[in-house]
Amino acid sequence: MHNFFFGIFPYIALGVAIMGSIARYDRDPFTWKSSSSQLLRRKQLIVGSILFHVGLIVITLGHVIGLLTPIQIFDAVGISHGAKQLLAVVAGGIAGVMALVGGGMLFHRRWTDPRIRQTSSFADIAILAMLLAQLVLGLGTVFVSLGHLDGHEMTKFMSWAQGIFTFDGAAASYIADVALVFKLHLILGMTIILVFPFTRLVHLVSGFASPFRYLIGRRGYQIVRSRRSAPLPARDGKAQRSTPAE
Amino acid sequence: MRIRAQIGMVLNLDKCIGCHTCSVTCKNVWTSRDGVEYAWFNNVETKPGTGYPTDWENQERWNGGWERTKSGKLQPKQGSKWRILANMFGNPDLPEIDDYYEPFDFDYDHLKSAPEMQAFPTARPRSKITGERIEKIEKGPNWEEILGGEFSKRSEDYNFEGIQKQIYGEYENTFMMYLPRLCEHCLNPACAASCPSGAIYKREEDGIVLIDQEKCRGWRMCVSGCPYKKVYYNWSTGKSEKCTLCYPRIESGNPTVCSETCVGRIRYIGVMLYDADKIEEAANAPQKTDLYDAQLDVFLDPNDPVVIETARADGIPEDWIKAAQESPIWKMAMEWKVAFPLHPEYRTLPMVWYIPPLSPIQNAAEAGAIGTDGAMPDVRNLRIPLKYLANMLTAGDEEPVAHALERMLAMRAYMRAKTVDGVRDEAIAARVGLSGRVIEDMYKIMALADYEDRFVIPTTHREQVEEAYDLRGGCGFTDGNGCSTGISKGSLFGGSKKPLKMPTEVQ
Repeated sequence: MHNFFFGIFPYIALGVAIMGSIARYDRDPFTWKSSSSQLLRRKQLIVGSILFHVGLIVITLGHVIGLLTPIQIFDAVGISHGAKQLLAVVAGGIAGVMALVGGGMLFHRRWTDPRIRQTSSFADIAILAMLLAQLVLGLGTVFVSLGHLDGHEMTKFMSWAQGIFTFDGAAASYIADVALVFKLHLILGMTIILVFPFTRLVHLVSGFASPFRYLIGRRGYQIVRSRRSAPLPARDGKAQRSTPAE
Repeated sequence: MRIRAQIGMVLNLDKCIGCHTCSVTCKNVWTSRDGVEYAWFNNVETKPGTGYPTDWENQERWNGGWERTKSGKLQPKQGSKWRILANMFGNPDLPEIDDYYEPFDFDYDHLKSAPEMQAFPTARPRSKITGERIEKIEKGPNWEEILGGEFSKRSEDYNFEGIQKQIYGEYENTFMMYLPRLCEHCLNPACAASCPSGAIYKREEDGIVLIDQEKCRGWRMCVSGCPYKKVYYNWSTGKSEKCTLCYPRIESGNPTVCSETCVGRIRYIGVMLYDADKIEEAANAPQKTDLYDAQLDVFLDPNDPVVIETARADGIPEDWIKAAQESPIWKMAMEWKVAFPLHPEYRTLPMVWYIPPLSPIQNAAEAGAIGTDGAMPDVRNLRIPLKYLANMLTAGDEEPVAHALERMLAMRAYMRAKTVDGVRDEAIAARVGLSGRVIEDMYKIMALADYEDRFVIPTTHREQVEEAYDLRGGCGFTDGNGCSTGISKGSLFGGSKKPLKMPTEVQ
């Protein structure tokens, strides 16, 4: 069972997430959206949403960098395992509380406001509940971590995560003896990745892409599309600028 | 010089009777769907009033449109690109649905299904969002119809800026006009500029501004970016929608639904040629009051041989050049200068223009003094304050509006002299800088307004954009996703498909 959840399930979750997202983006781009409900009720949204999103972005980046950076790099830079764990606990703790408070506000709003409740799908409520549960579990691990501040426990998760991405068959065994709360956190986390393409979570891809699209990919502000199949002839020695139809 | 063609519209407010046929036909065609019940791509407001959504004209409140920064740069009023990105989690400038109105319907079925009762059954309202009972409807799409509501509220109207407005609350001095509004299909659209996904674009061949529904991610920056509040967030699909200028009709040479059905024949559609290289400069004119003239400078004379030659080189089809030469928009906006852009101070260079309305002479005694000798009354004495119209149409500059009203009065006086007295009085025409021949042309287009004169719309050249051979055997209109029938019940990815509802026999 342990090997299934931590040796096989990660690949199922990642596989479904990646293939599902590609399929959805390609087959049904109309459903790829953030599903904002701000229009229907502004109350609680602005503060709740900012806390929730900023907290989650910090946590997500922290997890990706913290888990997937080879431990040798930390050693080479001279950051001790204990110091790294302390950083993770403090930064993750603060961001986690922010996200939990914000997410709590959003959940309260979604559950109690008749406008939002009526227009929510099952997936909208379920994914928010899953994220909140994941935040509670994640913050719960902080208390366990405080019991052993040498960073030894943390390196196990790094080995496991890097093992998964390097197709190490023994990856699951690295975390065989960690506390239950960590295991639950990991399983729920992978489940969230699994359901990613079937929920509104897909908007985080667009969210991460939008600064690149908007700031770097677009010169100036305006977009003009032409449906011409052949480009306009060059004039004044300069080729005519024209955005092709997409 | 880079020439592009733009489909523009003029609305003759002098003839608008406020019947809402445009709004209703538009609604029936485009927005009678879930999520956009509250949205009116075309609506008619009674002015003075705060409009729909409430106070939309006040950009101090909504931060729509563009602003010229202290360093002379043009940027969206809601902020630079960085600022817009930072607001994606919660948009501080987004209206709530209550700023439009909570959509409602009535329990009509109760009228026939109610049991025998002492009182006659009534159809009570119900929210279209939650389905819950609404005890009292507080707001609707046209809440200030015919000066509805107290003056103290209506006088929040932004166009009263710089006017001693108290006297217009008195019964004797009250005034009223209608303002039909739709997407302006701006030359410098602020909605498109605000979209982080790049989903909003202007079409090169006709200037229509559209939202790519498959690229829209629902960041809702366009809703706050548009100063006219003519981009609507569909709360059901999570995408923004707007007036499409009925592009399938325009492409085939037909007028938009709102224009086709206008019973007052106040709407005109035609082609304008403009210099795309001049847009940024024009939108960035230093003074607000320069913006109207700056926009006029962007348009190009379709009869100028140089313009015609350049237009051909820029790929504008021959019939579009011809349509531009016969364009009623060109005549009213450029030749006669009787049509004006709506709120040029938003710096979007809007392309739906308005002819200001004449109104009765304010003072009855003065009206008697005018007589019938053809002398024209002072447009400053019209019941609708000149400053009010100027705030709406020329960023507060009264001169151009006064000039237009004078020409319209002259047209009446000239035609009265011609048809009643049988005299062609060139003096009247000369007083407003026109000739009798031009005034008769104005009369033909603005007063008689035949269908062919109102709508000069060249068809789209589809042969330039697609191979007809590739289209054979295609599946025509679908509800997205290729040839999907759209009648399966749900989608794996959360979209809802509505099953086709067929009437069934009552058991």
